[in-house]
Amino acid sequence: MLVVACIKQVPDTTQVQIDPVTNTLIREGIPFIMNPYDTHALEEALRLKDRYGCRVAVLSMGPPNAEMTLRKALSVGVDRVILLSDRCFGGADTLATSNVLAAAIHKLAQEEEVPLVICGKQTIDGDTAQVGPGIATRLGYTQLTLVDKIVDLDLVAGKIRVSRKLEGRHEIVESPLPSLLTVVREMNRPRYPTVPIRLAAEVAPVELWNNEVLQLDLQSVGLKGSPTWVKKIFSPERDKGEIIGDGIGDPAGTVNLLVEKLLGKDLLEL
Amino acid sequence: MSVNPVLFGSLLAAAFLFFLWNCWQRLALVTLGGGADRFDRPGERFKRMLLFAFGQKRVLARPFGVNHAVIFWAFLILLLANGSFLVEGLFPTFTLERILPAGVYHGLTLLFDLASLLALAAVVVAVARRLFFKPSYLDSAYVKGRSVEGFMILSFIATLMVAFFCLNGVRIALGDGGGAMPVSALFAALLSGNSPAALEGIGIIAWWVHALVLLAFICYLPLSKHMHILTAIPNCFFQDLNPVSLPPREEFIPGKPGKSYGVGRVDDFSWKDLLDGFTCTECGRCQDACPANATGKPLNPRQIVHSIKSNLLANGNLLKAGRPPLVPLVGEEGEGTTTEDAIWSCTTCGACLVQCPVLIEQMPKIIKLRRHRVEMLAAFPEELLSLFENMEQRSNPWGIAPGERTKWTGTLEVKPFQAGVTEYLFYVGCAGAFDSRAKHVTVALATLLDAAGVSWGILGRDELCCGDSVRRLGNEYVFDRMARANVARFKEQGVKKIVTLCPHCFSTLKNDYRQYGLELEVLHHSQLLEQLVAQGRLKPAVQNGQGKLLFHDSCYLGRHNDTYDAPRAVITAATGSAPGEFGRSRENGFCCGAGGGRMWMEEQLGSRINLDRVKEALEQEPDTLCVSCPYCMTMLEDGLKDQGAEQVRVMDIAEIMAEAMVPR
Ligand code: SF4
Ligand code: SF4
Repeated sequence: MLVVACIKQVPDTTQVQIDPVTNTLIREGIPFIMNPYDTHALEEALRLKDRYGCRVAVLSMGPPNAEMTLRKALSVGVDRVILLSDRCFGGADTLATSNVLAAAIHKLAQEEEVPLVICGKQTIDGDTAQVGPGIATRLGYTQLTLVDKIVDLDLVAGKIRVSRKLEGRHEIVESPLPSLLTVVREMNRPRYPTVPIRLAAEVAPVELWNNEVLQLDLQSVGLKGSPTWVKKIFSPERDKGEIIGDGIGDPAGTVNLLVEKLLGKDLLEL
Repeated sequence: MSVNPVLFGSLLAAAFLFFLWNCWQRLALVTLGGGADRFDRPGERFKRMLLFAFGQKRVLARPFGVNHAVIFWAFLILLLANGSFLVEGLFPTFTLERILPAGVYHGLTLLFDLASLLALAAVVVAVARRLFFKPSYLDSAYVKGRSVEGFMILSFIATLMVAFFCLNGVRIALGDGGGAMPVSALFAALLSGNSPAALEGIGIIAWWVHALVLLAFICYLPLSKHMHILTAIPNCFFQDLNPVSLPPREEFIPGKPGKSYGVGRVDDFSWKDLLDGFTCTECGRCQDACPANATGKPLNPRQIVHSIKSNLLANGNLLKAGRPPLVPLVGEEGEGTTTEDAIWSCTTCGACLVQCPVLIEQMPKIIKLRRHRVEMLAAFPEELLSLFENMEQRSNPWGIAPGERTKWTGTLEVKPFQAGVTEYLFYVGCAGAFDSRAKHVTVALATLLDAAGVSWGILGRDELCCGDSVRRLGNEYVFDRMARANVARFKEQGVKKIVTLCPHCFSTLKNDYRQYGLELEVLHHSQLLEQLVAQGRLKPAVQNGQGKLLFHDSCYLGRHNDTYDAPRAVITAATGSAPGEFGRSRENGFCCGAGGGRMWMEEQLGSRINLDRVKEALEQEPDTLCVSCPYCMTMLEDGLKDQGAEQVRVMDIAEIMAEAMVPR
């Protein structure tokens, strides 16, 4: 039994700056990290491994240098990491990306049962939250998004019950397996790698699957398979801030001012 | 007066066999430990052994140590007397008098007599100290100052001395001892009323009391804390010769994970660590000096050492049989088990290290225990997770973008370090580059270096964290990467001299990196500023604008690097007078609470270390607290705020010097 976690290498956005002229990200010299939401997906897969003894595979579509991020996954103890990389995969939007990832999972599922696929809820560079649901749709898996807890998992009966974190409430959903989960940060606390596994990971193989392996129609991957067009990227205008009241001299009065303002903008529920 | 040599000989043989068997057992336990390279520089080791073991240097560092030194030296002298006593018991015709020239013999007997008197007096003082003045640090969780063992050994010694006087008193009274023994002569006078037959009887009793107590002492020795009589001398020989005792480097080979990292069970410790366990005298000095212990945290360095011995004794047979230990080394509190809370409470201040009279290395053991928690189990206080990740990903504790390392320069003109052109690399460090308060110190130091015409430059955004915190926290794997990256960078940039403004960077670059083959001239800014003043390159307009100033010693500058005078000299040059001192200063300086990675952890157990220090300062009503470390700066400022004493300024020595440069 194999649990698949999908991860993405993203630029460390806390260090990203926007070029004021072209309005694009200045990627030069920005370190890459594992998409933070995906670290929780990976951790949850590892917990299932600890608990049920299943195996864990990690998939990532990206350029060859994404190998570095896959090695991070190896260092926390996954069994298999596969980099989906091919020139023809480049320039993909969320649809084309989910085609490639779904094809890879499909291929894995032919060797071994894959009851669960886990993704982060979204990436911090694209923020679309579409790839997970896209994969689920293409694979015909039930999709359980924004999961913050697996309430119950019955692998024998093929059932899962999860808690979804929605705005202001939680929703408990039960679904038959196989399922795809997208997870939020509250899901778990990612583990810290131990040294023996790290040292083993430094030399462990990262499998490379290109389109010769996946055999996808070139019209469904990369730029050609992407119906999304980027028209313009820009930094949104921000409302100018203002300093209200005198927080040091009159804290109570300032709080009143603030509350009134928030009420006026309908930002506070009474 | 004659004794039965056969009876005595059999008893003596039995006692010696028992003694040797137990010593052998314990030695076998010590050899269960891992390797430690403590055989280099034998000459230096021998010298230090003479100084610390026979010279009792550390013992004498506290006033009461004189008492111990008296007992120790008397013991050495009386070894000869007791040796001759044993031989006489076996060969009744033998006496020292017969084999030695009369002058030497008389001198020796006088020495024996006086040494015995001094030892007896010292024992009385020791008993009185335990009974009437017992300092609190004599007790620890599992060893009490008023223990049966302690009093038993003292009474053994006292009995030996009294029996010695009786025996010789009888001999003198019978006209059968020629030596010069004034104290024994007093006993002779007391006994002189008895008939010769009665005297013979008293003599025989005294002889057997002396013999039996001596044999009991020999038997008991290896089973008790008095084992230190045997182990302290080699322990001083095998001491860590580094200026500061560091845990050893660990090797990480990709693809070849070793079987274990750090210390998870007692035989993961080195043989020297285990020898330390059998050497602890339970004097409690480390306990008394430990800031964690003083503020009610569950750490007691003495108990760390004691737990190693207890654990080893409890698990010894299993380990010898190649089986896993039963009593855990870390877990629920126990005599042979240390708790996680204890392990994480250490600030690595080194106070225990400089206190220990027998040179036991307490703190490195704690780091070894931390290593196992971090490296093998990934078990550590939650708040360290982000620290470890920030260090690994961004090479600074806060996870700030490396591009911001040069923000402090502002409008200053700061040159990058250039190989062959720049003399000093100014290694700014993470606090100096990112911490808003510490940045003022960085700027102050930069202006001072310029004013003195020093050729200096920075690595800018290419500077990496030195890795101090991760190393002290036991994350040796990440430290190893950081150290190797830094060493490679220094080498490729052609760096020869470094000045730092943080004692942690200073000590790490200077001492820890030596394990990576880096031997550079590393100076803390106090040392460079002192030099610049002495050379006349910095000319402060001496003035005291600081009011009443107290200097707080940083552990990593002071105890870890023995640098006490340089910062004081800088203050004196800048203010025209020597700084005021805390009650606990220099070697006895009290930690601010931030070392050992504690800077990045909550302090939820016991009271806060920085408050203890700040309260000590406030007793003297100072205007300024002067520091030489950005961590101390943060901790003392926080402490002052907590005490509502924000009127007291905390200033770095560089700031004080910089203020003195501007004539008012
Ligand atoms: S290094 Fe300091 S805090 Fe740690 S055990 Fe020793 S005295 Fe206590
Ligand atoms: S470790 Fe050293 S200082 Fe501490 S109690 Fe033992 S002998 Fe004394």
